[in-house]
Amino acid sequence: MPHDTTTNYGVSQNANKVVLDETKTIMLVGVGGQGTILAGQLLAMVAADAGLDVKVSEIHGMSQRGGSVSTVVRVGKKVDSMIADPGCADIVVAFEAIEALRAQQYVREGGRLFVNDERITPVPVNIGVCQMPERVDERLAKIGATIIDAAGIAREVGSPRSTNVVLVGALSTALPFEVQEWEEAIRRRVPPKTVEANLEAFARGREAVA
Amino acid sequence: MGKQLLSGNEAIAQGAWEAGVEVGAAYPGTPSTETLENLVTKPDVYCEWAPNEKVALEVGLGAAMGGVRTLVTMKHVGVNVAADPFMSAANTGVNAGLVLLAADDPSCYSSQNEQDSRHYAAFGRVPCLDPSDSQEAYEMAQAAFQISEQFDTLVMLHETMRIAHTKTLVEVAGERNQVEPRDYESRPEKFVMMPANAVRRTLAANDREDELIAWAETNELNRMELRDPAVGIICAGALYPHVREALPEASVLKLGITWPLPPNLIRDFASKVEKLYVVEEACTYLETRVRALGVEVSEPPAGRLPRSGEVTPAHIRAAFGAAAPSHMEAAQGLPPRPPAFCAGCPHRLVYVELKRIKAIVTGDIGCYTLGAVAPYRSVDSVIDMGASLSMAHGMELANAGERTGRSVIGVIGDSTFAHSGITSLLGTVYNGGKGTLCILDNRTTAMTGTQGNPVNGVTLTDQAARVNPLDVPAGKQLDLVKLCEAIGVDEVEVVDAQDAKAIRAALKSAVSHTDKLSVIIFKAPCRLLDRSRGVMPVIRDCRRCGRCIQIGCPALGKDETGHAVIDPSQCIGCNQCVQSCPFGCITKEA
Repeated sequence: MPHDTTTNYGVSQNANKVVLDETKTIMLVGVGGQGTILAGQLLAMVAADAGLDVKVSEIHGMSQRGGSVSTVVRVGKKVDSMIADPGCADIVVAFEAIEALRAQQYVREGGRLFVNDERITPVPVNIGVCQMPERVDERLAKIGATIIDAAGIAREVGSPRSTNVVLVGALSTALPFEVQEWEEAIRRRVPPKTVEANLEAFARGREAVA
Repeated sequence: MGKQLLSGNEAIAQGAWEAGVEVGAAYPGTPSTETLENLVTKPDVYCEWAPNEKVALEVGLGAAMGGVRTLVTMKHVGVNVAADPFMSAANTGVNAGLVLLAADDPSCYSSQNEQDSRHYAAFGRVPCLDPSDSQEAYEMAQAAFQISEQFDTLVMLHETMRIAHTKTLVEVAGERNQVEPRDYESRPEKFVMMPANAVRRTLAANDREDELIAWAETNELNRMELRDPAVGIICAGALYPHVREALPEASVLKLGITWPLPPNLIRDFASKVEKLYVVEEACTYLETRVRALGVEVSEPPAGRLPRSGEVTPAHIRAAFGAAAPSHMEAAQGLPPRPPAFCAGCPHRLVYVELKRIKAIVTGDIGCYTLGAVAPYRSVDSVIDMGASLSMAHGMELANAGERTGRSVIGVIGDSTFAHSGITSLLGTVYNGGKGTLCILDNRTTAMTGTQGNPVNGVTLTDQAARVNPLDVPAGKQLDLVKLCEAIGVDEVEVVDAQDAKAIRAALKSAVSHTDKLSVIIFKAPCRLLDRSRGVMPVIRDCRRCGRCIQIGCPALGKDETGHAVIDPSQCIGCNQCVQSCPFGCITKEA
């Protein structure tokens, strides 16, 4: 997908401010085209509006063509590095199950791992060079993942492309920002025609992990 | 305008615009591309894609010589292409401000190497600014134009991928500095680089170097932060926030100007700390220069930093013996998920056929580099923009095809051909070279995000107006057939890149004529330009031969019994798998 180069947005002065004592690191991992970048931008908008420092690191380029992708969002009083090292992510949101396993070492002790219950077969598996991992559900359960049928929920609300916003809904339950701030960010960021569907997707994502 | 969340590239575009930049020129390249794509959307500034970085910098130097502030952007390997005008511009100086953004890619996320562009700044003795976040990128973009005019010099603005592609908060003024164009008068002694003038301009550059060193000594872009005197670290760019993250107590000399270095400031910092370290990535650019000042640089106490690749806070913690957070082991045995040709990609069938004929393929830079990986594994070399065609000629001179019994075929994309392939082709024709060359014309510069180029005729202004390359009138497009014929290629053929039989026939015919130079233009639009979906095929009586799977489409897989299945969420109905089945089991019939 071509880079969206027109995503800069101003920081709202009207939002409720939030104080964080320690920098929080959120990692969004998935497969190119799943909408991790939009999800990261929604989080960044909410955090910036809440008066926090924010850094969003995205990897473009070769990773676009169906490869593994990751976006790191760090929020806090003053954020230094934009990189998440192993053991540093407070929350990992995986848009695909194998990518969740691929990112497991980034979750800090006591951190959260939200996983979209979807498997996308990598091309090397399709062509017989590699095999799909076994016991994926078991492995995810063992590392304390919260599984969400985000794709199913998105289809239910009639907007299959809103899987990412369902996951943002789930993520929002683990962060100290108010629901209306998230909703405001969705209104500002998604195409006007899709606002209602995305707000529904967001709400259903919150319910799914309530 | 208040606070905005901007990537480094967006911040540089904003800073340059506020500094009154009037002209921008670039060739797209990750991680630099979005800078001009963003600048072109602002009022009162003209931006264009150049066919390559050398042309971009020459256009930029012309505009600056003519009197308007100009920004030229490129990725690190683009600086190699622009090195010739760069080294002369370093001596001529400017009239109005001229800034070159060089964007490096440590760890090669999207590149063929991870060279450090600051070596060019030192080589040409032009000042180099190194932002550590988007706020600094925004401010330094403005400062760079002022410095360029104050010292009559080209200025390099240097960033790495982490700065270019990280969004951070920027306090944006939003007001454009109204800069009047500078008067132009002929000054051959300054801009005509014939020997006598070049010698004098080199003397001027000597004086400028002395002035710049004195300036860098006291400039606030360099900043000493004294904390624990036991550990003193010199760093710049993305390494500064990493050092602050990993070692918050350490004293730091943060260099915002990475050429020239400030000798007295560095010595002063060294005298204030017990041990001095340099933390940098993918090179020893700073360390070598600090040591050359006679300043002792210590090895980190608990181990070395990586000699190549990106350095992260974890590397710094490890090298300095700082506690690292405990974490789960990385999962083993997971299938990799490398990038792959999209469903319906027009490059796929060409590589299926190149693999079938076991060709030796000298490849090039673009999405089609992916022909090197499974299931195609059909590319023998990828070196730099344009090398496919010239190296195919070199292989011919080595008789490699004859000795291996394989055909040598050069494969290049449309934008890459315009960038540097035309002169390669010219060299082959001029010297009587023979063989087969393929231009994969997908109507766009796909890898960097479907930019315009001379072949599709979409300018950067058109791109900003969202003109689809498929809607551009033929008269605005570069006619590849006429161009190849004019150069003197023996046979030029245009083939539908979605037609497997036609591809096979064209390749078979071309490689059988060893006494001719043939160019085959495989033409079909990139899937990112044409997202229309055809009818999804159905598979009946699959014989499990796996031939369709081996075309490497992300929408094709096997079920538990080994029968081919199509993933309806990914299939775009392109017909490639239909053509791949030797038994006619995949059809589009209802």
